[in-house]
Amino acid sequence: MSADVLRAHRLTGGYRTPPARPAIEELDFALPAGVRVGLLGPNGGGKTSLFRAILGELPVVDGTIEVAGRCGVVPQTERSRLDVPVSALDVALMGTLSRLPWWRHPSRADRRAAREALARVGLGEHADRTFGELSGGQRQRVLVARALVQDAGVLLLDEPFTGLDEPSARRLEALFADLAGEGRTLIIATHEVGQAMDWDLVLCVNRVQVAFGVPEEVLTRDALERTYGGHVVDLPGGGRVVPPHHDCG
Amino acid sequence: MSWIADPLSDPIMRRAALELILLGVAGGVLGCWLVLYELAYGAESLAHALFPGLVAAALLGLPLVVGGAAGIVAAGLAVAVAARAPAIGRDNATAVVVTTLLGAGVLLALSQESPPGLGELLFGDVLGVTDGDLALAGGLALALVVALRLLHGRLLAVGFDRTTARSIGASPLVADAALLVLLALAILVGVQGLGNLLVVAVLIGPAATGRQLARRIAPMMAWAVGAAIVAGLGGLLLSYHAGTAAGASVALVAVALWAAAWASRRAIVSRTP
Repeated sequence: MSADVLRAHRLTGGYRTPPARPAIEELDFALPAGVRVGLLGPNGGGKTSLFRAILGELPVVDGTIEVAGRCGVVPQTERSRLDVPVSALDVALMGTLSRLPWWRHPSRADRRAAREALARVGLGEHADRTFGELSGGQRQRVLVARALVQDAGVLLLDEPFTGLDEPSARRLEALFADLAGEGRTLIIATHEVGQAMDWDLVLCVNRVQVAFGVPEEVLTRDALERTYGGHVVDLPGGGRVVPPHHDCG
Repeated sequence: MSWIADPLSDPIMRRAALELILLGVAGGVLGCWLVLYELAYGAESLAHALFPGLVAAALLGLPLVVGGAAGIVAAGLAVAVAARAPAIGRDNATAVVVTTLLGAGVLLALSQESPPGLGELLFGDVLGVTDGDLALAGGLALALVVALRLLHGRLLAVGFDRTTARSIGASPLVADAALLVLLALAILVGVQGLGNLLVVAVLIGPAATGRQLARRIAPMMAWAVGAAIVAGLGGLLLSYHAGTAAGASVALVAVALWAAAWASRRAIVSRTP
């Protein structure tokens, strides 16, 4: 593992307006390049706030957060408007906006890079298809391609496996492993505790940091119950499942 | 061909045709973004709300553009203030403000003390456009095409996904503000020819037609500009031969084109297995 690309030191972020509490409090972790990090936490537990803090969109009340290189957001595909008439290539090209001054249009080289990024995620032949007509898994990979066009060293993925069938999810898993192999760091917000077992690091957040480290040490029953507020179910065979609708209130 | 050539031999009709072509280019291109951003209601409201400003300018002998600009600013501020009232919401506040302003403008325009002809502000007078109006419409069309070309990537990114647009370098605030400013400009200029009530016809109808026929933004804009020009010229010919009001005829043809596009798309979709 190489030098850290993302470091949070006693990070507290949100809005000071009383009586609201900060959205995240006292987060303390460091991520090296080339790892997949599972970000676990209940709905409303601060996962999105942490992403916003990493992007510099959430006011830091206390502590620090340092990011080396560019961050790319990979949102849930349901967040985007599927009726907007854009192709997969159009969406991938949006990754050039942050690099280009506002009066410049993507060059031929940018278009080539966007096509290469789509090929990289296995969608080279679908570049000219309408985004809204692709399957959920394909749309998710187009959004990953957009982050690659941004040349993001850190990818923030918001529950990328939601609504995917088994083959699509496996394909996305393999892509994530490849991207980490290239030295990119992927922070994957997820509810799939079993999936996070296979990744390199896990960060459990329920407004405060519950646990951080390698999955075998972090994913204990106690830590998961503190993360999700005591709603963890043991499965026969050793797996653990967090039931849906586990709002922390 | 005399059905077309005869009317166009008249310089007044030629001038009106040129005005409608220029407004068609501006309205067709801008309208596509209004449709994609679901701003049709805002566009219509803005057009109606500037009416008292137009009437006041006409009564005071000022250029209509000046009155219209003042009317738009006043309407925008009134909506912002009304939307702050608890449990009202922006749409309801807009409806209240717009109805009030349009009503006040109509009262002023149609009162017995007002000079005759102010009613034309409601429906426009495309046959009475001056060289100055034509120059304004030409400038508008050029400015809109250039501005929208420059903003294209960012408008698309925000329209596609407003929640993550900032993270990829496109500000929703800037995109919204730019569209509203361009919309205000288009209404100000378009209202001279098509009137307060019908200017929306060249902004929304052709773009909605383009949306039915195209699967990407650029062809959608091409269809929209084409539909707006066909509606403009078709409406003008209709009004010449049938003796109907020009602005209203343009609006009718624009809607008819949309209905035809919608029906043809349905026919294609139902035939596809």
